Amino acid sequence: MQRGLDSETKKQLEEEEKKIISEEHWYLDLPELKEKESFIIEEQSFLSCEDLLYGRMSFRGFNPEVEKLMLQMNAKNKADEEEEEETVELDVSDEEMARRYETLVGTIGKKFAKKRDRANFEEDENGNIKPRKAKKMFLKPQD
Amino acid sequence: MAGVVSTASPADRGVRAARAVLGQVVLPGEELLLPEQEGPEGPGGTGERPLRLSTGARSRVRVVCGPGLRRCGDRLLVTKCGRLRHKEPGGGGGGGGGVYWVDSQQKRYVPVKGDHVIGIVTAKSGDIFKVDVGGSEPASLSYLAFEGATKRNRPNVQVGDLIYGQFVVANKDMEPEMVCIDSCGRANGMGVIGQDGLLFKVTLGLIRKLLAPDCEIIQEVGKLYPLEIVFGMNGRIWVKAKTIQQTLILANILEACEHMTSEQRKQIFARLAES
Repeated sequence: MQRGLDSETKKQLEEEEKKIISEEHWYLDLPELKEKESFIIEEQSFLSCEDLLYGRMSFRGFNPEVEKLMLQMNAKNKADEEEEEETVELDVSDEEMARRYETLVGTIGKKFAKKRDRANFEEDENGNIKPRKAKKMFLKPQD
Repeated sequence: MAGVVSTASPADRGVRAARAVLGQVVLPGEELLLPEQEGPEGPGGTGERPLRLSTGARSRVRVVCGPGLRRCGDRLLVTKCGRLRHKEPGGGGGGGGGVYWVDSQQKRYVPVKGDHVIGIVTAKSGDIFKVDVGGSEPASLSYLAFEGATKRNRPNVQVGDLIYGQFVVANKDMEPEMVCIDSCGRANGMGVIGQDGLLFKVTLGLIRKLLAPDCEIIQEVGKLYPLEIVFGMNGRIWVKAKTIQQTLILANILEACEHMTSEQRKQIFARLAES
């Protein structure tokens, strides 16, 4: 005698329950609104429209700090406009830097190498400092 | 230079192209077309067509609409009356399109983010000062927003002091907030304005006119005698000279120069230089 419900009737009941639950959920019945990509940007500030000078001014040496500020701030505005391209003069040329770094890697590596490995470094001391590729492994006696 | 004002009402004018109206007076409610929408008869329409990735999508340049203009669909809607101005973007800096705005005149200031203004401290409550900037609400200024200010080292600001600062928050939904340092933490001339001097109010358009890079008025004024001026974008000007009389003369000149022609101005400066 079967007391419980059949698996089929169980499934049907579950489906009906799900239907009822999903119908009770609220949703907005609106058509899909696609937001248009707008190419117009709104700005309320006059700063981007007109080039205005700095607001504090001093004339004929009345306030020397403000006169210094005037030069600084107005020069900054002009520098932004003109977009000066300055090529910074290099103290050290690129080639010298590359050569220095080449040797640098070896010398710093030597510092952190263990005593055994340091012996490997000393082998090729002429040009580049290379660690030995083959490590000393245990050799089984053949006899 | 007189602008051409048509006697037709805005409804009769229809929608005009923004390029055609540059320098002319526009009224609120007018719609303006941006250059790309002028249709295939525009200049260069018969030239080569650029390859389009997707049919129907237009390659548009980015346009900034400044004060006095609003975005309305694809067009610009005028909200203030004045002359329409345009500025091309600087080399490589702005991208494309440029800026359009309306050069209008008003006395009432509305706080805008980034503007440098002169404010008067009206109250000191806890950690913030309430500063009157001429807007609908007093702006708040934290005591830590000064150069070199820490919790132990408070700035020396009293009620009634004049402050030159800039807005960091300024929109219609929130109380405006201002600071006296820039994003790097330096003062750059902002902070408490010194003793003495005279503060007076002018229209906003005059401030912008005086702060233009090629303003003759400021250059001529600077030759008279040693003086110091601070301009706030909220229509307030603070001036200081060696004697009270000189300060008052300066204030009168700046207030009156809005409505003077350049000949009248030169006469006045000549008279002042003599005396």
